[in-house]
Amino acid sequence: MVFITGQKEEKEAVLVLGCPQVPVQTAVALYLMHGLRRLGVRPIVAGNPAARMLIDVSDPLHHYAGEMVDLDTFIADMAAGRRKHDYYIVFAHNDAGVTYAATVQSISGKKVIMIIYGENFQAIADRVDFPAEKIMAKAVHNPMPMKKKIDEVLPWLVSNL
Amino acid sequence: MACIESLKYEIILRNATFSECREYIRKNCRELVTVDPGFALFEKPVIGVPPILLGLDGDSITFPYTKPCYGTFLLRTENPEEAARLRSLLKK
Repeated sequence: MVFITGQKEEKEAVLVLGCPQVPVQTAVALYLMHGLRRLGVRPIVAGNPAARMLIDVSDPLHHYAGEMVDLDTFIADMAAGRRKHDYYIVFAHNDAGVTYAATVQSISGKKVIMIIYGENFQAIADRVDFPAEKIMAKAVHNPMPMKKKIDEVLPWLVSNL
Repeated sequence: MACIESLKYEIILRNATFSECREYIRKNCRELVTVDPGFALFEKPVIGVPPILLGLDGDSITFPYTKPCYGTFLLRTENPEEAARLRSLLKK
């Protein structure tokens, strides 16, 4: 595990997963969780049952994924002030993803990190008009374009958000 | 809003943006209530791009509803208790 200079306690990042209909989501989420753990950040997964099941089956011993929480429960807990995290990472490949990111940003008051992918990634990114750092790539079946982007920016994001 | 399926609702718009929902509610609903994301409606937090507009017409409530796989819908349902609760917020 590599700790960022000055970082003393383990931080937490919540990954808010979207509908898993775009194949790269689960692979990118697991790769991102691997990267976060290397930087001393504990990942938490919020998603609908299908998105969570894909993570569970892909990472059965939870080497990468930490706590798993239902998406609606996660939003309700945030709204009630029962949840606060250091980083909010929202996956978006459609309008619903942007809507969830706007919701998380509004409730948390923090800048969110958005993983924007899929065929229409640019159009989706253009709809983001709230505080967000966007990691974006035209990744549908091949996760490599998004992996490269994550490699480039993740240490900076963990240090600066 | 996991209990949405337990409500009797009418779908007004499908695959809508939040600005389209706001526009419809402004033009077609008698009373307007603005809420923040996370506001509890039918005991569940509202998902949405702020400002989120809800519409009231008598006992009818018009509201946006987002599902991760299906996008945003504008729905209308009748619920006297919830309508009265929303209307009480207007008076504050």
